[in-house]
Amino acid sequence: MSDVIISVENLVKKFGDFTAVNSISFEVKKGEIFAFLGPNGAGKSTTIKMLTTMLRPTSGTLKLAGHDVSHDRDSARKAFGIVFQDPSLDEELTAKENMEMHAILYRVTKNHRAGRIEELLRLVDLFDRQDSKIKTFSGGMRRRLEIARGLIHEPKVLFLDEPTLGLDTQTRNMLWTYVKKLSTEKGMTIFFTTHYLDEAENVAETIAIIDHGTIIRRGTSKQLTKETGTKSLEDAYLKLTGTEIRDESGNNDGLNARMARRNSALR
Amino acid sequence: MDIDVIYILWLRQMRRYYRSGSRVIGTLGQPVLLLLALGYGIGAIYRRAGEGNYLQFLVPGIVTQTVLLSGVFWGIIILQDKRFGFLSEMLVAPVSRLKILLGSALGGATVSILQGIIVFVIAVIFGFRPHNWLEVPPAFLILVLMCLALTSLGAGIASSVEDFQGFQSINNLIVMPAFFLSSALYPLNHIPTFLKVISTINPITYMVDALRTLLANQSHFGLAKDLIVMTVSFIISISFAVYRFNRIQM
Repeated sequence: MSDVIISVENLVKKFGDFTAVNSISFEVKKGEIFAFLGPNGAGKSTTIKMLTTMLRPTSGTLKLAGHDVSHDRDSARKAFGIVFQDPSLDEELTAKENMEMHAILYRVTKNHRAGRIEELLRLVDLFDRQDSKIKTFSGGMRRRLEIARGLIHEPKVLFLDEPTLGLDTQTRNMLWTYVKKLSTEKGMTIFFTTHYLDEAENVAETIAIIDHGTIIRRGTSKQLTKETGTKSLEDAYLKLTGTEIRDESGNNDGLNARMARRNSALR
Repeated sequence: MDIDVIYILWLRQMRRYYRSGSRVIGTLGQPVLLLLALGYGIGAIYRRAGEGNYLQFLVPGIVTQTVLLSGVFWGIIILQDKRFGFLSEMLVAPVSRLKILLGSALGGATVSILQGIIVFVIAVIFGFRPHNWLEVPPAFLILVLMCLALTSLGAGIASSVEDFQGFQSINNLIVMPAFFLSSALYPLNHIPTFLKVISTINPITYMVDALRTLLANQSHFGLAKDLIVMTVSFIISISFAVYRFNRIQM
């Protein structure tokens, strides 16, 4: 049991009548690179939000690095870093100021702060730009900074929610090289979602596919292609989830999770 | 108590303030305009009506208007953080929401206090004279309480609405009436009853009255009553802000 770092049991999230996540269970091993795939509206983001304390589950248990995510939120929060799907930097502040702020919010001790920040800024090649405001940064630079920021407090797990969305090939390549390095050298556990299946195929050690709120298959890329009798992960994925295009709605009469949430708040 | 955390959140607000020159100038334009147009324009008639120096009467009202506007509008930063992602970063940090709100709102209140002081200084340049300089520091303490109440109100509103239009329209519904239907611009003695009733239930009236008591030695309700109303307003608005901020869903 000691090598399991994330464990999810019978996790359910309902927004009003709509079930976004329907009793899923899975485990992620320490040091593993884990890809969480699924069409839009399948329950990916809802699951990540619950794992990262942004959303409370309707029922089920979530454990992260030994902490119960629902009850011991702050310990869980210190144990993970996250790169959100949407940008989350303060544009009016400089790169260094954004980093500093994160370090203080996560109580990195004062004598460690400056050193960690410099080390990480150098790592993502932004040290020379540390005093520039974020609003002068390109999309790729912002993403790199977000990754550096997520690592300041030395998390055990790094969540990456569609980290390569809108990035050029060079930046994507750099990002995954670095992520692999974190996993092999530091033993960091990586949990990511993506819509680019080649990334999952190349990087992930374990892949879970979620659709309509349930995990329909999990395994290595090889296992998935073998089981479905296909040639690539993309083909396997399409065979499992269908070729039909989804909007954010899942299969619930066009009600998407956000609308359902808003409706339930109005009720 | 996590002073570091509160401090960095406060510092963030200050940095954002002094880096945006347009915000400083923009929020000062209106009070200066009011001082010029009303202070000098209406002032002449006011004196002829035997009511004395209108500028002396008006300045506490304009200072209140400045902090009302900048305090409530500060809330927009919460809305920006919500829309442009930075709020997620703060909310997944191992810090309670109360501290996040507290640090940020203290920053917002500090900005409002500075704005209020700048307008006060401009008013002195325009010819306003506090009746007793010794009562200026206590007047600034009143200003602090006002700013805390008004930034909390702004934070509460911003946490409750989904978009900028919503925030804007709620503001137009609250800020403008709260200013015009208070005792900021006219004395309550000779006005029609309906207006008097509205002004009397408007907490802004008491804020203006408290400042006017200390700065211009003109009081309608008495300082004790003003302070009670202001304290109650502060408690209500901060509770509102905490309640709404805690309910923000990402």
